[in-house]
Amino acid sequence: MQTPLLLDLTADVCGDRKALGTLADGLDFAAMRGNARAAAARLAESNAQNAVFVGLNGNALPILMFASGMAGLSFVPVNYRLPDVDLRKLIARTAPSLVVVDDDMHARIDGIDGTTLVKRSEFEARFLVAAPAETEPLSEGENDIAVLLFTSGTTGDPKAAVLRHANLTSYVMSTVELLGADEDEAALVSVPPYHIAGISAVLTSAYGGRRIVYLPAFSAEEWVSIASREAITHAMVVPTMLDRILDVLAKTGERLPALRALSYGGGRMPEPVIARALEALPHVDFVNAYGLTETSSTVALLGADDHRTAIASDDPLVRRRLGSVGKPLPSLELEIRRDDGSCCDAEEAGEIYVRGDQVSGEYLHKTAIADDGWFATNDAGWLDADGYLFVEGRLDDVIVRGGENISPGEIEDVLRSHPQVADVAVLGLPSVQWGEKVAAVIVAREGPRDVDALAAHVKALLRSTKTPESWYFRDELPYNETGKLLRRVLKAELANQD
Amino acid sequence: MDVKPGSRWKSAVCDAQIVVVRPPKQAGTLQCGGVAVLDLNDPATSSGDVHPDHAGGVLVGKRYTDLDSGIEVLGAKAGKGSLAFDGRALQLKDAKPLPASD
Repeated sequence: MQTPLLLDLTADVCGDRKALGTLADGLDFAAMRGNARAAAARLAESNAQNAVFVGLNGNALPILMFASGMAGLSFVPVNYRLPDVDLRKLIARTAPSLVVVDDDMHARIDGIDGTTLVKRSEFEARFLVAAPAETEPLSEGENDIAVLLFTSGTTGDPKAAVLRHANLTSYVMSTVELLGADEDEAALVSVPPYHIAGISAVLTSAYGGRRIVYLPAFSAEEWVSIASREAITHAMVVPTMLDRILDVLAKTGERLPALRALSYGGGRMPEPVIARALEALPHVDFVNAYGLTETSSTVALLGADDHRTAIASDDPLVRRRLGSVGKPLPSLELEIRRDDGSCCDAEEAGEIYVRGDQVSGEYLHKTAIADDGWFATNDAGWLDADGYLFVEGRLDDVIVRGGENISPGEIEDVLRSHPQVADVAVLGLPSVQWGEKVAAVIVAREGPRDVDALAAHVKALLRSTKTPESWYFRDELPYNETGKLLRRVLKAELANQD
Repeated sequence: MDVKPGSRWKSAVCDAQIVVVRPPKQAGTLQCGGVAVLDLNDPATSSGDVHPDHAGGVLVGKRYTDLDSGIEVLGAKAGKGSLAFDGRALQLKDAKPLPASD
């Protein structure tokens, strides 16, 4: 089964429903498919194997994505924020390819062997029209790689994660009901086009029959203004976005009455932020989703009722679920394993493994999936007695101090609850005595900086081995544009400094 | 009948259309309303009657499965006939919708 079928079904059943863009002049599902078919015919004329997208979020993105599938090409959205030299290197790897590029980025990637550039303004003029001419649909191609996503490695060349049509359609069909959305539903998409959530948003919205509205590049003010104007009902945000959105809501008094569901993921959500969100938007269902590029997006989620139960509970075991990613999807299997491969007990941390049709676990020229289908996520985590999953972060980030495994996330949570602390990163630095020692990098609020008080706070709530031995202060911490803390950048900085 | 994932079919006796989500483990005949289904692109239009024993209906967006063969299909257009594989009635798959997360 291939991804364009997801759009086909919706366009067949209710082609006149709004699919893409504003309430005033958006395209309906029939027009979305018509444009994608026309663009597919253009792609099929070329000798390209990949359809590359270099640009900001917008309506051209889903058109090119579906067209690419229809024409039997792989869709490759690329991070336009990369330095020119890296961007050109990545695009060279996609040859032979057709590249749709924002007009103002054209010069950055001109003249790469095996690539044909199409300016976005030209693409949109032809393939974002209200009444596209009938184009004969192409027959389904042999290429089963739907999407290639370059993962942001911090060392070496980025790896190209492979998502096959079967992975993505399995994910969509097991998590969304065909036309399950009400006719007035609209999703605001602000994650970048080269993020897995940007891909899955297009597919789940098309299949569910939900209109997509794009925010070209994230700003909290714009997000709130579009959400309000377009009567947005659903959105997905990363933690740093949510924090800024809440600031804007607090300042403007906007309540977003149309908003029904807000999902978040892509990084650890600080509890104070989600608690504040629940208070500011009591009519909204919050969903925490955990997933990876290699798993076609979400593998576990904490639903709205779980959020409400947790925030209202006096039972610490229930309350702490606000920091969990909920339960694994019923359509896949999930295990926590020890280093020796055996399964962990409840509350015991290990590596998270998943298995299921949506799990690709594959890179170009290299599969990372075991013969029995299990994929090692390289994330550390544990399950509580009721099956709620807690994710501690990348295994590489775990601090090994004198043989004890220490998760930075837990210490960061505790420090973030201290009034002196605005933001914090905890990481391991080399130590002659312990192998690694715990270091904390603090962004302090106004006022005195009292390291002893911070240390005492951690010691009281955790234990002494988890109390940072080295303390640093910074004006801000390095994050990537989707809100992931760049721990390794910080680590390299501090290691050089010592 | 090549019942592969993503293949689309229509009933020979009612308005129902379906998409195969999971193929059967062995070859067999997919039926609707008691009669073998037709390829969606088959020029024939539906005629004849839904067999009264196979008149439970197909609903859009619902999934139907047969545990014996493993086949799973999705209703793409509603119709009066109900689905069967080699004469065994397909069962409505009870799937609780998940909250949107993307």
